[in-house]
Amino acid sequence: MKYAVKRIFMLLCTMVIVSFLAFAAFELISGSAADTMLGTQGTAEEIAALEEQMGLNRPFLTRYFDWFFGFFTGDIGTSLRYNQPIWQLIAPKLGVTLCLSILSFMLIIVVSIPLGVRSSRYNTGVKDGLWSSITQFFMAVPPFFTGVLLTWIFSIVLHWYNHGQFPGLKENFWGSVGYLMYAAIAIAIPRIAMTMKMLRSTIQNELSKGYVRTAISRGNDRPKVLSRHVLKNSLVPVVTFLAQTMAEIVAASVVVEQVFAIPGLGRLLVASIADRDFPVVLALVVILAFWVVFIGMLADIINQYIDPRLKLGGDRK
Amino acid sequence: MKKRNGYLTAGYILTGIIAVFVIVGFFWKPYDPTAMMTGPKFDPPSLQHIMGTDNFGRDIFSRVLEGAGSTILISICTVMIGAVAGTVIGALTGYFGGIVDEVLMRLNDALTAFPSVLLALVIVGVTGGGKYNVILALGIVFIPSFARVTRTAFASIRDVNYIKSVRLMGANPLRILLVHMLPNTLSVLLPAITIGFNNAVLAEASMSYLGIGIHPPDASLGYMLSEAQGMLRLAPWYALFTGGVIVAVIFGVGLIGEGLQRRGKETL
Repeated sequence: MKYAVKRIFMLLCTMVIVSFLAFAAFELISGSAADTMLGTQGTAEEIAALEEQMGLNRPFLTRYFDWFFGFFTGDIGTSLRYNQPIWQLIAPKLGVTLCLSILSFMLIIVVSIPLGVRSSRYNTGVKDGLWSSITQFFMAVPPFFTGVLLTWIFSIVLHWYNHGQFPGLKENFWGSVGYLMYAAIAIAIPRIAMTMKMLRSTIQNELSKGYVRTAISRGNDRPKVLSRHVLKNSLVPVVTFLAQTMAEIVAASVVVEQVFAIPGLGRLLVASIADRDFPVVLALVVILAFWVVFIGMLADIINQYIDPRLKLGGDRK
Repeated sequence: MKKRNGYLTAGYILTGIIAVFVIVGFFWKPYDPTAMMTGPKFDPPSLQHIMGTDNFGRDIFSRVLEGAGSTILISICTVMIGAVAGTVIGALTGYFGGIVDEVLMRLNDALTAFPSVLLALVIVGVTGGGKYNVILALGIVFIPSFARVTRTAFASIRDVNYIKSVRLMGANPLRILLVHMLPNTLSVLLPAITIGFNNAVLAEASMSYLGIGIHPPDASLGYMLSEAQGMLRLAPWYALFTGGVIVAVIFGVGLIGEGLQRRGKETL
C-alpha cells in the first residue's frame, strides 16, 4: 500500500513535468492565440485587447498552473475554432476512443497469450522458423493498411457494415462495438504478433533456468510446470510490455480512427491540427500522455503485487 | 562454428530486391508518375501497366516506385539523425554518468510518456508539413529511444576489465569510446537501427496518410494509400500494391533485425 501511495505521488510529479514540457513547447512554436484568431487584419490594440480578455498577458507560470489545475476541475481552455470549452468537445469522444482501446487490448490479450505460450514450445528447427517468420510478417502490417483492407473486404465486397456510418455509442451500443471491432482488429494484428514474440522469448528464457529442470526431474509434466511455475515468473515483463502496448494502441488509434471515420479523440486531434486549433491539440496531447503515464503506474503497482521483491527497488534478475 | 542464419539471408534478399527497384526507379521509371492518361482509367494490372492505373490513368507502378523512394529516403535520414545524436548522447552519459546522466534520463522518462509517433505528428502538424520538417521531427523524436539503448550498452561495459586496462594505459576517452566500446555495442545498436528504420517508415506513412506529413507533388506511400482508399471500389489493386510495398519494406528490414539479434545472442 505504501508503495502504491509513493507511486501515485511519482505519477503526479511526472504529470506536472509532462504537461509543463507540452505547455512550454506549444508556447514556443504556436505563438499567441490572439494572433491566430485575429489573423493578419488584427491591429496591435485589438490583439492586446483580446489577449487581455483571454488572460494571455499574465505571466507564463501563472497561466501554466491555471491550465494544469484545469485538468482536475474540467476547465482546460477554449477551442479557437469552435469557441466552446475544450472539455465539451472532448467529452463525447473520450468514450469512443476508450472503447476502441479496450477492445483492441482485449483482442491482443485473448489471442496473443495462448498463441505465445503455444509457440514457445519450439526454439529450434523448422517449426520455430515458421512461427517466427509468421510473427515477423504480421509485425510488418501497418494498422492503417489492415484498416483499408478490412474496409474493402467487409464493407465493399461483403457489405457487412456501412463504412463511414458510425452508429454512436449512445444510440446503438452493440452496433457501435461491432463497428469498432474492425478498427480494433486493424490495431491489434501487429501488436498481437509483437506480444507473441515477446512472450515467447520470455518463456523460453525462463524454461532454460535450473528450477524448470528440477521441477521436471521431480516428475511434473510440462504443461503443469509451464502453468504453475514458468508463467508466474514470466508475468512481470509481460505486464510491463502490455502497458507499453496500451500506449501504442493510443497512437495507432489516431490513424485508424481516420481510416474508419470513427468520431474519437484521434479524429479530433487530426482535425484540430489541420485547423491550427492549438489549445485543443495541446489538451489532447496532454490527456493522451496522462493516460499513458497512468497505465505505466498501474503496471508498476500490479507488478509489485506479483513480485514483492520489486518493492525494494532492486532489479529483477 | 558458424550457424546459418535464415532470417538474415531472407531479409537481405527481400530488402535487396526492394532496394534495386527503388534505386533503378530514381533514374528510370516505365512512365512518368505524374503523367495522366498513360493508359485507360482504372486499368487492372496488365503487361503494359503491371500494377494497373488510377483514376487519372497514371501508371501505379511508377507512382509506387516514386513513393517508395521518397518514403525510404526520409526514413534513412530520420534514422541517421536519431541514431547519431542518440548514440552520442547515450555513449557520453553511459560512460561518464554523473548528474548530466541523471537529468537527461529523467527527461527521457518524461518524453516516453508521449507516444513517439503522436509527438512527431503534432510537431509536424504545428510546424506545417513538408519533407524536411518530417525528417527533422521524426529524427528528434527517435533520439530518446536510441539514447536509452546505447546508454545501457555503454554503461554495461564501462567497468569491464579490458576497458579498465585501456584506461590504465592512458588512452583518452574519445579513443576508448570510439575504438574500444562502440564496436562492442554494435550487437545492440544494429538491431535498434533496423527497428528505428521500421518505425520511421511506419510513422512517415501514417503521417502522410493523415495528410499531415508529405504534401503533393512529393510522393509518399502513405499519401498514396489514402488516395487509394477513395478508389477501393473501382481500383482495389491500387491500395493492395501500395500497402503491399510498405509491408514488404518493413518485413524485409524486420527480418534483418531479427537475424542480427539472434546472431548477437549466439556470439555472447
